[in-house]
Parts: sequence; structure tokens; C-alpha cells
Amino acid sequence: MIKVRGLYKNFGNLEVLKGIDDEVKKGEVVCVIGPSGSGKSTYLRCLNLLEEPTKGEIFINGISLTDKKTNINKMRQNVGMVFQQFNLFPHKNVIENITLAPIKIKKVPEKEAKEAAMELLNKVGLADKAESYPSQLSGGQKQRVAIARALAMSPEVMLFDEPTSALDPEMIKEVLDVMKQLVEEGMTMIVVTHEMGFAREVGDRVMFMDDGRIVEQGPPGELFGNPQNPRTQEFLSKIL
Amino acid sequence: MELDFGPIIQKELPFFIEGALVSIKLTALSVLIGIVIGVFVGLGRISNNFIIKGISSIYVEVIRGTPLLVQILIIYYGLPQILGFKLPMFLAAISSLGINSGGYVAEIVRAGIQSIDKGQMEAAQSLGMTYAQAMRYIILPQAFKRIIPPLGNEFITLLKNSSLLTAIGYSELTRRGQIIASVTYKPFEPLITVAAFYLIMTTTFSKILSHVEGRLRVSD
Repeated sequence: MIKVRGLYKNFGNLEVLKGIDDEVKKGEVVCVIGPSGSGKSTYLRCLNLLEEPTKGEIFINGISLTDKKTNINKMRQNVGMVFQQFNLFPHKNVIENITLAPIKIKKVPEKEAKEAAMELLNKVGLADKAESYPSQLSGGQKQRVAIARALAMSPEVMLFDEPTSALDPEMIKEVLDVMKQLVEEGMTMIVVTHEMGFAREVGDRVMFMDDGRIVEQGPPGELFGNPQNPRTQEFLSKIL
Repeated sequence: MELDFGPIIQKELPFFIEGALVSIKLTALSVLIGIVIGVFVGLGRISNNFIIKGISSIYVEVIRGTPLLVQILIIYYGLPQILGFKLPMFLAAISSLGINSGGYVAEIVRAGIQSIDKGQMEAAQSLGMTYAQAMRYIILPQAFKRIIPPLGNEFITLLKNSSLLTAIGYSELTRRGQIIASVTYKPFEPLITVAAFYLIMTTTFSKILSHVEGRLRVSD
């Protein structure tokens, strides 16, 4: 459902992505790992055009994102994104954070949007926080609200940009548990992460990126158990 | 040399109070004009359209790079030569102060918007909001809170700067001090009185402002 062809991204003179080709199937869970600066976050951000590719093409359900005629705002409704820094709207309470986009963009009636939001809050275990403001929540709670907010637009794909990297260790599990639940429901997910345990457990495929390229990828058992490329071996030896 | 504030307090106080009210009214109207101009120019300054950005930047540069007194003189004395008619003094007064204020408010608005973490815009857009929707629902409401304190300072600055309208003979607070001085041949007392009026107005307003600021911080 996502197809990437010859994707390049430069920031000024700095080449961050040097030709990425990939294809993500519906329901697939892809975990992207690699050292910092390898371009994995930039790759993810290109997939909903938060970064504009310098060269190359991205198709979602056969529609080109890079085509100027494509309504990118419409496409983004179908691609949920969860950020490392949560990026909740601090001037809105939890329920408003979740219902704002459905009400304003999809024109869902307020009552319906609220009911749907409460269901999502139940799912992420935060129904009692509906009226709280983001500043009153812990990091793990913020991230679970952020996931609910993205899900409220009923996206077909979810992108996670290091969702647990800004969390205290004891809060990582609660976020990963919510993500695992999504995996079980068959959500298509691309997860940039440093959580190797998570990648090994739920990833259908693990992708190792370094220096703007996909160095190696495969089922987690193979990539972690028997990495072929020396750079993958070196990276894994440092972190495992 | 003896100083005698008696006559001013007994006879001329209403004249000064009226002048102070005129100054406040002029300033308030000018700041309103300044806010309207400033929001558009401020948004223009961060626009991706380079023509809009260029015009907005030139506006800010010209306004901030030339003296307010000269701007007032140009609008009241210079413009009639081109327009063929003289602007009424009141209109010339609030438009020159308002246009000037617009340049400063634009920078306040721009800074307020740019102080909002860029993750907010990204989160809004990742949900499918257009740039305009993200501005309206996410960025501007947050920026607004941060803009209020510097806008209050702009009001105080402009209240003091409105004294420059003396140059075109507008009968605001400062001008009234000069009038009394020229009648009595004693400039010190009326001018000190004028200064005292400004001081009372600015300190009162700063007090109100810091109270509002405190309230805003609580709700953050």
C-alpha cells in the first residue's frame, strides 16, 4: 500500500537520504532501526511529506504524494503520525486534542466525535483523563493520547517516530503495549525505534538504515539472529 | 525662584485631565489600527510567497527605520501636496500613529508565531489540517497568549509617543502643557504636571498588564 521509489532528500549540501526503495504491504509492521543521523526519521517524515523529497516518488494506495496535483492534506488524513515529543496541543484538553481534527476536517458531529474519542481513550487506558490538559499528564500518558489523536482520523497507516525515546524507562511499556494492541488489530505500521525488544517481538520486518541507505532488512529473527552486512553486525553488537 | 503648582491644580486640572483622555483615546485607536495592520504584516513576514514577504518586510523596515515625528509630519503636512486636500487632524493623528504601530506589532506577531514549537504545526498538518486551519486552530490561539504582554508594552510606548502629535498642533496632553506655559510664562509647573500625568497613566497600565500576565501564566 506504500511504495517508495528512488527517494533522495538533501538538506542544503547534506545528503540525508541516498536512494530509498521500499514497499509496505497492508497490515505489515516495519521497524526501522539504525544509528542517529542515519536518516530513518527523515525517511519516515517524507512518507507524509513533513519533509519534501528532493527526488523520487512515494505512492500511497497508488496515489503519488509527490505529484503536485495530489491533495496532500487529504492524503495525510489517511496517515497517522506519532512524534517523539508528542506534540499535543497544550491549549486544548485531552478530548479536544482528539476530536479537533475529526470535527474541523471531517465535519463529524461533535457528539459522535466525542463518543469515538472516549472509545479511543478507553483503548489507550486514559478514559479518566478526558478533561485533563496535556501539562497535567505524564510522558507516557501524553504519548498514549497522541496515539489516540492520530487514530481518531481512522488512518490506514500509522507512522511512529521514536515514540518512546523521550520517555522515562518505566513509562515505555505502557506505550509499547498500546502499539502492540494496534499490531494485533492489523494496523499497517512503520516504527522508527530504538526498542529492539519491540522490533523483534512484533515487527514483520526490520529495516536497518545507515548513512541514508537501507543497508539490510528482513524478518526480525534473521536480522537480529544472523545479520549479513558488517555494518549491521557492528551496530547490533553495540546495542544488544 | 519659587514654584507654585496652586493655580494649575485649582484652575487648569480639568484641562489636563481632558488632555490625558484625548491622549488615551488617540493611543487606543492607534493601537487598534496597529493590531489590524500588524497581524496581516506579521503573517506576511513569515509567508512563503516572496512578494507578500517582501512587501511586509519593506513596510517593517521603513516604519522602524524612520522617526515617528517625520512620519507624522509627512502624513499631515506632506500628503496634502499629493492628495490635493488636507486630512482632518484627528484622522492624520490616528493614522500616523496606527501605521507606525503596525510596523512594531507586526514584529510582535511574527515573534509570537515563531515562538510556537514547530512540532505543533507538524502535528496539525499530520492530522490533515491545511496551513490555514493549523494557524487558526493551533498556532494563533497559542501565539495570542504570548503576544498580549508585548502588545501592552506597545500601548505604553505609543501613549508616550503620542506626545509627538504636539508637532502638528494636536491638543493632546503635552500640547496643553505648552499652551499653559505660553500663557503664564512659567513652563516648569505645567510641563512637570504633564510628565506626572504620563507617569500615572503608564504605571497604572503596567500594573494592570503585569496582573494580566500573571493570570495568563496560571492558565498555561
